[in-house]
Amino acid sequence: MSTASRGERGQGTGDRGQATVQPGTATVTVTIDGRPVKVPEGTTLLNAARDAGIAIPTLCDHEGLEPWGGCRLCVVDITRTSWEGWSKMVVSCMYAAEDGLVVMTGTERVKLTRRVVLDLLLARCPETPLIQKLAREYGVDRTSYQANPDPTDCILCALCTRVCDHLGIAAISTVNRGAGKEVAPPFHEPPPDCIGCLACAEICPTSCIPFTTSDTSRAIWDRAFEMLRCPTCGRAHITVAQADFFANSGDVPRSYFETCDACKRRQTAATFAKLQVLQGGAR
Amino acid sequence: MRVDSRSAFETLRAEALRRGKERSREVLVCCGTGCLANGSAKVADAFTAELAARGLDATVGTFTKRTGCHGFCERGPLVVVQPEGILYTQVKPKDVAEICDATISRGEVVKRLLYKDPADKRRVERYGDVPFYAHQTRIAMRNIGKIDPTDLLDAIAHGAYGGMVRALLDLDPERVIAEVERSGLRGRGGAGFATARKWKACRAARGERKFVLCNGDEGDPGAFKDRSIMEGDPHSVLEGMVIGAWAVGAHEGFIYVRDEYPLAVVNLTVAIEQAKAHGLLGTDILGTGFDFDVRISRGGGAFVCGESSALMRSIEGRVGEPRAKYVHATDRGLFDLPTVLNNVETWAHIGAILEHGWQWFAAFGTEKSKGTKAFSLVGKVKNTGLIELPMGMTLRKIIYDIGGGIIDDRPFKAVQTGGPSGGCVPESLLDLPVDYEKLTEAGSMMGSGGMIVMDDRTCMVDVARYFLKFLTEESCGKCVPCREGLKQMLAIFEDLVAGRGRVGDIERIEELSAGMQWGSLCELGKSAPNPVLSTLRYFRPEYEAHIYTQACPAGMCRDLTAYEILPDACDGCHLCFKACPADAIAGKVKEKHVILQEKCISCGACYDVCPTQAIRFFPKHPVAAAREAS
Repeated sequence: MSTASRGERGQGTGDRGQATVQPGTATVTVTIDGRPVKVPEGTTLLNAARDAGIAIPTLCDHEGLEPWGGCRLCVVDITRTSWEGWSKMVVSCMYAAEDGLVVMTGTERVKLTRRVVLDLLLARCPETPLIQKLAREYGVDRTSYQANPDPTDCILCALCTRVCDHLGIAAISTVNRGAGKEVAPPFHEPPPDCIGCLACAEICPTSCIPFTTSDTSRAIWDRAFEMLRCPTCGRAHITVAQADFFANSGDVPRSYFETCDACKRRQTAATFAKLQVLQGGAR
Repeated sequence: MRVDSRSAFETLRAEALRRGKERSREVLVCCGTGCLANGSAKVADAFTAELAARGLDATVGTFTKRTGCHGFCERGPLVVVQPEGILYTQVKPKDVAEICDATISRGEVVKRLLYKDPADKRRVERYGDVPFYAHQTRIAMRNIGKIDPTDLLDAIAHGAYGGMVRALLDLDPERVIAEVERSGLRGRGGAGFATARKWKACRAARGERKFVLCNGDEGDPGAFKDRSIMEGDPHSVLEGMVIGAWAVGAHEGFIYVRDEYPLAVVNLTVAIEQAKAHGLLGTDILGTGFDFDVRISRGGGAFVCGESSALMRSIEGRVGEPRAKYVHATDRGLFDLPTVLNNVETWAHIGAILEHGWQWFAAFGTEKSKGTKAFSLVGKVKNTGLIELPMGMTLRKIIYDIGGGIIDDRPFKAVQTGGPSGGCVPESLLDLPVDYEKLTEAGSMMGSGGMIVMDDRTCMVDVARYFLKFLTEESCGKCVPCREGLKQMLAIFEDLVAGRGRVGDIERIEELSAGMQWGSLCELGKSAPNPVLSTLRYFRPEYEAHIYTQACPAGMCRDLTAYEILPDACDGCHLCFKACPADAIAGKVKEKHVILQEKCISCGACYDVCPTQAIRFFPKHPVAAAREAS
């Protein structure tokens, strides 16, 4: 059995590489906190800032998924000289860099908004280490609001449902609205479409989706899954349902997915080595 | 008959007008939702039967017409007899025979059914002389109440599709947009964005496939103008959409109607079928080769689906959650294709503007807010109902001249405009001319045109709590400031009205409001603090009383208020005894009455019925009571 401890993952790491300027692509230059930053057209302000080493906190952002704009932690103030002193708040994860844009990541209202967001999340998740840590960074040790009588670690960043959607499975989703919103399988029953891939649990920044996994079986969302062993090394690396799902999703034969990633790499390496020997011999 | 040319349309219009003339007399029975609830369908049935039985339908060409909402819902069911324009109010089926005898047969009015002006007790004969109607100017609602919404010919006889004929046959799309631009029309959904700017951007957007949408998801408590337009004159919406589609180059459209508006869905469906059958919608409109098809999309009743990006997600069949709008819908809207979305009322204006020209429209209203605006006037006002007025009319004129003043002539306290995300405007601003800018300056907004009038028996803290509760239930829950912020804001207000207010609450409210305004994803969250901030701005002492002395100055918060009977003023009329729902009043007729405090639930029913003002309320909490005593 393996579960990550709460709050180990979370904030984006910043090394996405997307913001690096490739030769031949159109670029734009924005000023972030007084520093000019040159990025490819279409780069978000968040990635531009990270490229320049300027930290912006996030909770619902993930490099593998489309930006969503739900946690609102990454708000920044933007302006232009032509706006004559007027500025507006945007979420940096969704706003694309434009030439001449002036971005401020530390104005008073940016700090206030982040503090209020974290104060509110701390009220919702009073016992969650990741939220406690972030809130402290913004000067909130204890929430100013009514603490949740039924503490949860779920911050409703929807990373779990979005990754499940992204993989083409959509076994879970957010249900209800407003204060009653939660992440759940359809009708709160074991989700029939779940393949036990653990993407939801792995991506969760507060590790609040419980699961168990062993060499023979895996359990998540009240469903049990049989594990599949790698025919080469014998390691139980995916569920049978996963292999079935991948095999049915395209033209790649099922056997490709049955072999674990480590063995696949080893086999590829061996193939290359053999090719080199052959080529060397021909010379 | 399919209309494939100007002359074909003229032939159809001539036929419609001829049929209208044959009906020398019309009995217009309001069958809007309000009057239907008061039994107007039976009144209409009675007229049809009675006129047929007397043969009046054939001899004097009298025709019973079931129309949309006349607006004066307070006095329904409403009946107007044409051509004289005699307005009968609160008509019951048993009154029908008398109206037929007197008015239809002999041309006399039935005095007892006429509207009585509360100001001078005078009976008013003509529809147009009733103060409620006399101050109105109807453009968006020009035909509501006059036409049978399920009868295309009737709509055409009253001018429907005239603007569309001019737009499609005489003007090119650029000139249509220029006409709308010069008219100064701004979005009637509340934000007031210039309609022509949206159209221009969508026309300029790249892509062959574009959409034109109509927002009929009116979800504000107390607002019903869009419903009345869709129910009472669906052709005005369709005509506007065809013109808009022609202007931007779209061939597909959706009308998003909330499912709680079944009559609107039925009448729109009928109108779409009739317009299509006559070549006024669908393929080859008016023989121009221009195609535009409209479908109805029924919403599940989530308030947030009135927000443009959530509305589009909902039409797409996805969860109705807003998304960031850094790219405009005119570039990437429905299905990520260029889209124009306008409110029902905005669309209803378009045909009239194109028919009469921009100068005509721009002559109404103020410098920056042109034309007229529909409002749902409700609350503690004598004449509740649906009204349309030129922009710039003062709140005082709306509330006192059209609305007839406050019920029981109590003092006016505030008017809440703009729906749940709007704000409260106090008495000191009664002379404020109503337009987009002025309402925003006052900390409120135009919104969808809801106007809730409040009297002195209204606690402003409780009003803010009411709207917070509504918004908490309607927040989609996607973003943190709105979902968690509203929940926490409501918790603070629940505490305030229950006497659990704490020092620092006002500062907490202000900081949370700022975080929500700056941090929320869509306008629902951004504007959610408006009811809080506007009441705090104008009624701060009421907040302070709730926090520092646990007292409700208006005497409305039950946990903070107690009632007692002043023995000297009680004349033993026993009305309070009858009104009390908790058996908390003791006393016999013609004797002094007393309130049994242990049973009293502080509902105030006794206070409201007492004819001698012998009942007073006072703070329940000892701190506040002591302070008041000293």
